[in-house]
Amino acid sequence: MMRVTLFGTRGSLPAPGPETVRYGGNTSAVEVLGSDGTALVLDAGTGIRRLGAHIASSVKRVDILLTHLHMDHIQGLGFFAPIYCPEVEVHIWGPVSSTHGLGARLSRYLSPPLFPIHLRDLPNVTCHDVPRPPFELGPFRVETALVCHPNPTVGYRIQSEGKVLAYLPDHEPALSLDAGRWREPEWTSGYDLAAGADLLIHDAQYTDEEYESRVGWGHSTPRHALEFAAHVGARKLVFVHHDPSHDDATLDRLLSDAVRQSNATCDVCNGCEGTVLEVGARNEHLSVESHSFL
Amino acid sequence: MAHPIQIILTRQLAGYLSVPLFLVDPKGNLLFYNEAAEALLGRRFEETGVMPAEMWSSAFEPVDSTGQPIPPEDLPLMITLQKRRPAHRCFDIRGFDGVHHRIEVASIPITGLQSEFLGAVALFWELTE
Repeated sequence: MMRVTLFGTRGSLPAPGPETVRYGGNTSAVEVLGSDGTALVLDAGTGIRRLGAHIASSVKRVDILLTHLHMDHIQGLGFFAPIYCPEVEVHIWGPVSSTHGLGARLSRYLSPPLFPIHLRDLPNVTCHDVPRPPFELGPFRVETALVCHPNPTVGYRIQSEGKVLAYLPDHEPALSLDAGRWREPEWTSGYDLAAGADLLIHDAQYTDEEYESRVGWGHSTPRHALEFAAHVGARKLVFVHHDPSHDDATLDRLLSDAVRQSNATCDVCNGCEGTVLEVGARNEHLSVESHSFL
Repeated sequence: MAHPIQIILTRQLAGYLSVPLFLVDPKGNLLFYNEAAEALLGRRFEETGVMPAEMWSSAFEPVDSTGQPIPPEDLPLMITLQKRRPAHRCFDIRGFDGVHHRIEVASIPITGLQSEFLGAVALFWELTE
């Protein structure tokens, strides 16, 4: 079983405030716990600070899987408490560029003048380049692939005990729509990662109107996310990467409009800080315990 | 299995270009050609579908300026596939519709972030004078 906890669901920029208090203002960070206690962290946005404080002291290894190096996905890295603990092995996985590996790329942020601590001075951190062939982390099989988003960006497919979590928080598969129709699987960005997923966590940043002037910026609308989920046959869909300008009421409206207009084929909800999703629970249904740790 | 994102994005780009473009995978299978190439080759991609290299490399009856047939291995795209480097040549072809064209072709390899070879593209330019 995988226990998935959302610690940051906002995109682009943290957006704290009374108008976003229900869905939260922290940027991308998700904890995935395996049945044996193995801890994965998906992205290192500002939500990772709280995630780090929440991690059990018994955990001696954490793997952080970065989708890409835009600031909203790495800004919290230096505030993730376990990264300073010599007794905790921290492994960071993330995309390379054509000229630099992950460590060199991250060092541009984790070094003065942008940050007082050098990445190389952290006690027990190892960087790994992705994409790469499937690899194992405890009970998890992790698959990676580059997806449609500006600058090298990977998506993750995480499998455990026959259940699949797909994580694509920054993704614009609609860029390759053919006159509004989805292309065949081999021509759809992210298809293999999300195919048949029990839980798909996917970008749904823009309204349809906003998207018209932001084609190519690398993000989706709720309608795109729902159509993509139907195309890949996902069972449950969680919208994330909420636009910082969208307040709670707007997110509620976008969700209900998208569901009404799309004839959704899977369960769908807005990602909310504190939401816990159990993938592969004994009853074979996804259960959601909102705000269980708040 | 889905194509690498670089191939998906190249097809997407090709759809927005008026320059004729051929896209092949590392084995030389023709994955896509755009509308501009359809006009030159005389047949829609939907009609031809995916073609192996041995088929497309001879289908257009390429000949040099003296009218001598060009063997497949001397075509720019085949050179790019075999040697994984850019190539260029001017030659004549006959489209599926029987119309002759004199074209210049430039081909380049598509390599990924870790230098993995993912395929190649050929850009065509018709010489009208």
